[in-house]
Amino acid sequence: MLSGNAMTTAEVLNVLAEVQDPEIPVLNIVELGIVRHVHLEGDTVQVEITPTYSGCPAIQAIEEAIVRILQQQGFQQVIVRKVFQEPWTTDWMTEEARNKLRAYGIAPPPAHAATAPDLIPLPVFSSVQTLPIPCPFCNSEQTRQISAFGATACKALFFCEACRQPFEYFKAT
Amino acid sequence: MEPTLEGTVRKALFVYLLRLGDDALILGHRLSEWCGHGPYLEEDIALANLALDYLGHAEALLTLAGEIEGAGRTADDLAFRRDVLEFYNVHLVELPRGDFAFTIARQFLFSVYAHLLFAALRTSRFQPLAGIAAKAHKELTYHVRHSRTWMHCLGEGTEESHYRLQRALNVLWEYTGELFEVDDTLRVLMASSIAPDMAALYPQWKIQVESVIQQATLSIPEASPYRATGGRRGHHTEHLGHLLAEMQFLPRAYPDAKW
Repeated sequence: MLSGNAMTTAEVLNVLAEVQDPEIPVLNIVELGIVRHVHLEGDTVQVEITPTYSGCPAIQAIEEAIVRILQQQGFQQVIVRKVFQEPWTTDWMTEEARNKLRAYGIAPPPAHAATAPDLIPLPVFSSVQTLPIPCPFCNSEQTRQISAFGATACKALFFCEACRQPFEYFKAT
Repeated sequence: MEPTLEGTVRKALFVYLLRLGDDALILGHRLSEWCGHGPYLEEDIALANLALDYLGHAEALLTLAGEIEGAGRTADDLAFRRDVLEFYNVHLVELPRGDFAFTIARQFLFSVYAHLLFAALRTSRFQPLAGIAAKAHKELTYHVRHSRTWMHCLGEGTEESHYRLQRALNVLWEYTGELFEVDDTLRVLMASSIAPDMAALYPQWKIQVESVIQQATLSIPEASPYRATGGRRGHHTEHLGHLLAEMQFLPRAYPDAKW
């Protein structure tokens, strides 16, 4: 056996693409844009990741999954570092990831977060409740926001008036 | 890059990171007490989301504090194995959650402050802190919008909601001065361009807060002769001990418990 691991950075990224986000299991951590850097040095690999939200509870499970999968590839030491420089933005999500989200029933954020409409803080008391977020099921824009806060920090709750389905929207950030 | 930090700066930075981290941790804990008690389901979820953001900020800040201290303490060690006198949060965040109006008034006063502070910290010369601040600042934008909207709803709502919110503001007002205190620790960091001058942020906070209070048909509380202080030096109200007793019970009773 060679001393050191012969994998390239691109190959490590391919392996990391097998790690799914535990909250949104159709997306992997590479297409979600949370893997920032991979540093290789012999039998040691260092992976830098950035959380989608500061308090994202999935991050610990993701760190453990990264360590497990890279150890299986023969790396003796796997170091996962959480970095915050340049805050994560939904702009880093690939187009493929957005399509997967939609197919899974979650409305994806627009390609550029800067163009996304501001969510309504308290829709219950607001006369304006409609936002142009297309329904992931029927594509209608006749949707309204139920709440800016959802089951996870990254999602808001919506309702489609056309197909009468509630759905989640991945917040642009 | 992390600049090399000389002794006095490093010491001040450790205390400063504890101050920021403890504010977030204690307020996050107070907010989490609403889980299952919110006025309606969506608001219950909203408050839990805000709590989660603060716990995330606390974890990042306390992790960094542990690294700066260099004694091998993790965020968990700092959160769960310090006693009252070693906490450096302001009194504002440790007060019991009160009624919903009290919680909203506190969220409003604190999140406008935190939003301004973290905006300034994005340009801190200490890069790891600037990174955390940039992330937190984005999240705090939601917090400000949420609490500001509630200020209007309750202030312009019923006689009862208006009365309760005004009562909360009157109580909380004397706790806000502590947010802007400048002491030797802060001056060391200001001189190194690591932390902003809080006295310079105060007028901006005052303008933002007072204009919302007035638009929401509420009155700006009168300045009180009493002013809360001491939290930044580890002196606290009786409430923090009770909070810690609950928050730290499990790791203290079962020190190596794992999920």
